[in-house]
Amino acid sequence: MTSSLERPVQLAVENISLRFGGVMALGGLGFSVRNGEIFSIIGPNGAGKTSMLNCISGRYQPQRGTISFDGHDITHRPPAARARLGIARTFQNIALFKGMSVLDNLLIGRHIHLKSGLLRGGFYFGPCQKEEIEHRRIVEDIVDFLEIEHIRKRIVGTLAYGLQKRVELARALALNPKLILLDEPMAGMNLEETEDMVRFILDINQERGITVILVEHDMGVVMDISDHLVVLNFGEKIGEGSPDEVQADPEVIKAYLGGEDSVFLGR
Amino acid sequence: MSVAHCGDFRQSYRDDMKVLETRFVRVSVGAFLVLLYIFPLLASNYLTSTMTTIGIAVIGALGINIVTGYTGQISLGQGAFMGVGAFACSYFMRIAHLPFWIAMPLAGLATAAVGMVFGLPSARLKGLYLAIATLAAQFILQYLFIHMDAVTGGSNGIQFPPPEIGSFVFDGDRSKYYLTITVAISAVLFTTNLMRSRDGRAFIAVRDHHLSAEIMGVHLFKYRLLSFSVSAFYAGIAGSLWGVYTGYISAEHFTLTESINYLAMIIIGGLGSVLGSIFGAVFMTLLPQFLTVGTGALAQIFPKIGFLIMSLKDGVFGIIVILFLIFEPDGLAHRWRLIKAYWKLYPFSY
Repeated sequence: MTSSLERPVQLAVENISLRFGGVMALGGLGFSVRNGEIFSIIGPNGAGKTSMLNCISGRYQPQRGTISFDGHDITHRPPAARARLGIARTFQNIALFKGMSVLDNLLIGRHIHLKSGLLRGGFYFGPCQKEEIEHRRIVEDIVDFLEIEHIRKRIVGTLAYGLQKRVELARALALNPKLILLDEPMAGMNLEETEDMVRFILDINQERGITVILVEHDMGVVMDISDHLVVLNFGEKIGEGSPDEVQADPEVIKAYLGGEDSVFLGR
Repeated sequence: MSVAHCGDFRQSYRDDMKVLETRFVRVSVGAFLVLLYIFPLLASNYLTSTMTTIGIAVIGALGINIVTGYTGQISLGQGAFMGVGAFACSYFMRIAHLPFWIAMPLAGLATAAVGMVFGLPSARLKGLYLAIATLAAQFILQYLFIHMDAVTGGSNGIQFPPPEIGSFVFDGDRSKYYLTITVAISAVLFTTNLMRSRDGRAFIAVRDHHLSAEIMGVHLFKYRLLSFSVSAFYAGIAGSLWGVYTGYISAEHFTLTESINYLAMIIIGGLGSVLGSIFGAVFMTLLPQFLTVGTGALAQIFPKIGFLIMSLKDGVFGIIVILFLIFEPDGLAHRWRLIKAYWKLYPFSY
């Protein structure tokens, strides 16, 4: 795990402040995520974890501070431009395209890589069809990888919750990202589904070499798979480091993990 | 029989992506197309020209379905956009002396540009607010139709010269039918293909969840504007064909009623469905005709209250539309899918 400290920094967050009217969601937050690591953001409800992800993916514009990704300053770039640079994400509440099939959802993930415009699309046969087949192949690899072959033609809105979560991960992967932001991927899942999801996250990280930023409340999972984590409370960083360091930090225990309760890791 | 293979035997993605999946479907669609082209030889002139209006409605309905059904932006300007197309096409033919075959696509592009301008509010407005903004398009354009005398002939309207190929002039019912139906079939094909490629999928993504569409790299404003202009392009083509059909165009036809008529077509037919646009166009064109025949017959049986029955027509029309919305909220296209699913398994229910 220590080897990840020597890797180059991929995402640098510096002094980010985000306010909604008088409410301070994030107050001067900074951390850096290195290439190919699993980096977790934890903290109590309302600590600003999702706000932080929204700043990285471009849904919120922080009032102060900078975010840079692969050497590009992305603080003020629109979300679509960040997708092009290689940032993908999933949402806490499923945000799939409910009226489309699983395959079409994944093909939206290929949107930034497709070139056929309106006219070529309308005539379809020829270059557009060739391109569609090519990208269908890429999408089918992801379908295989996440084991959702049996539902590939189903309309997403009709699927069970656990499967929808998986399709959302598949859609983010279809973008072919360098960095993937996962907002509570295990929320509302049973033990088996959680174990599947953990396996997928590890595979994404190790086989595909994608950096993962994880927001999750399941401490067992977070402590097991993270290389580094940062702990937030009321929009401020109260702890940072490897899982072992964070678990020993008295400040973190007081705010989030709980004092005598050593069973928080128990699962 | 509509017996499909009992098992999935597709061996390539190319096969798997076909729109018409089985041979039975391909043969029936082919037969239907042949029927469409021999229709005027078998039917009366009245039926032929009714079919022509259906063809025009199909193109207009496809257009509004792209912006409202697929992209989720309610548009109340389709009628006015058709007017822009009709007047532009007539103008290009009369003043610039362009042949119809160039004037019609140009009119489509001109309408697309107008549609794009009136689509600009979609950058900030959503849902009903956007609907009101597009309502403004309807009224502004209608005002222009009446007051831009040089182009539109003002409240008198203006003549629409018939298209020509060499010495052949499209002024009979049959030739107009063939022209319209060919363009309508092309529009259906184009829309179907569009919806299975990049930009069509982006439209649906913007409708279903605009925030995550943006995160996936879909440029929201670009696609909203694009859907408005593509929709207006269809309206422009439909308007040009309307001009050919009537030979004379005036502002009276391109009113808010017409816009709402088109909106009703796609709601009844099925939002976000090519087949739904066709069903809706057929339904909304034929229903008033049937009602006219029906109430006409009743008025003859009861001559004393004949005028009452005739005026019932609009009310009955309204009731039928409302009943449709209650009992068939997903549109005729959805009912069609259910019927197909039923026959696939017949005589077994599972």
